[in-house]
Amino acid sequence: MAFIDYYKILGIDKSATTAEIKKAYRKLARKYHPDVNPNDKAAEKKFKEINEANEVLSDADKRKKYDKYGKDWEHGEAYEQAQRQQQSQRQYQQQGSGNFGGGNFSDSDFSDFFESMFGGGGASRGRGRSAGFRGQDYNAELQLDLRDVYETHKRVLTVNGKNIRLTIPAGVENGQVIKISGKGGPGVNGGPHGDLLIQFNISNSTKFKRDGANLYSTEAIDLYTAILGGDVTVDTFDGKVKLKIKPETQSGTKVKLKGKGFPVYKKEGHFGDLYITYEIAMPTNLTSKEKELFAQLKNLRS
Amino acid sequence: MSTETYIPLETLCTYYKVETSFFQGLNDYGLIEITTIEHAPCIHHNHIKNLESMVRLHQDLHINFEGIDTVMNLLQKINSLQEELIATKNRLRIFEE
Repeated sequence: MAFIDYYKILGIDKSATTAEIKKAYRKLARKYHPDVNPNDKAAEKKFKEINEANEVLSDADKRKKYDKYGKDWEHGEAYEQAQRQQQSQRQYQQQGSGNFGGGNFSDSDFSDFFESMFGGGGASRGRGRSAGFRGQDYNAELQLDLRDVYETHKRVLTVNGKNIRLTIPAGVENGQVIKISGKGGPGVNGGPHGDLLIQFNISNSTKFKRDGANLYSTEAIDLYTAILGGDVTVDTFDGKVKLKIKPETQSGTKVKLKGKGFPVYKKEGHFGDLYITYEIAMPTNLTSKEKELFAQLKNLRS
Repeated sequence: MSTETYIPLETLCTYYKVETSFFQGLNDYGLIEITTIEHAPCIHHNHIKNLESMVRLHQDLHINFEGIDTVMNLLQKINSLQEELIATKNRLRIFEE
């Protein structure tokens, strides 16, 4: 467990007056307050740190104790006393933590350093954020593959020990957040439940690149088919299709397969398009006969 | 409209330890919408999340109505920019190998 320099956290001198501490704390609180830094874990962490620093330095007794032991805090008598309190506090915290719950900004989780020096004492904290009347939002992340979101499907998620049946609509975007109203934490004194916010992280292991509902892929065609024309079989997201290649097709030619793209989110039966780029594969390891014939072709052109 | 989805201001005042005038002020600035149900001023439960955020901005950071209005507008802007950023990053994936 590392020593925490509360003066450094608030950016003040050890000789700072109560007014200076208050001013520094308020300035940093305005900067890192979770309500002005939504979805910012780093700001949330910083806010907790400055709250903890303020909790110690704005309280004359705590500050005195902190200043007295300083870096040698582990040798202080307070440490041993606090150890006993800490154990019971820890047990409580472990029972209380769930699988999710990144959305609450409760400042009840001060550092181990704080707990060791000052014990639990969470109830006495004066400057904490008011506990919500509305239940807290639960944030969850769901890792899916592109193939998983090609069709609408149902899933059962376990959030804080409760099973939640969820319909994942086809065409969900990477990074998209779906809100499930009322499936967050319970409210207090009849307050409304929080929401469950699920963010989708969609990885793509397919050969197709996705831009919304449109898909892009590259297909190699051999030189002779490109020059003379012919049929090729290409991959689409859900199967294969036969395409006609026009004679003298250039490398980099793009074709659009209408409706062969990805499903459009929440528009059942609507699909984007698939854009295929032809890449002409040059023959290699030519025989002397082939080289001779290519030379003949070259001479015909010059 | 179910009355269960509306929460009386009185309940909220007690809970957040704020005066009715605070909610009235937020209402005057167009930051919340007070609806009267059976002669009691209420707030729809869907708006409680935003309301709690405004209460915290006021209580924790001592921000006045004008400040709260500005913060809420900027947060909305941040939100739409974040959505735009995600969409742009997703588009960029097309060019990544």
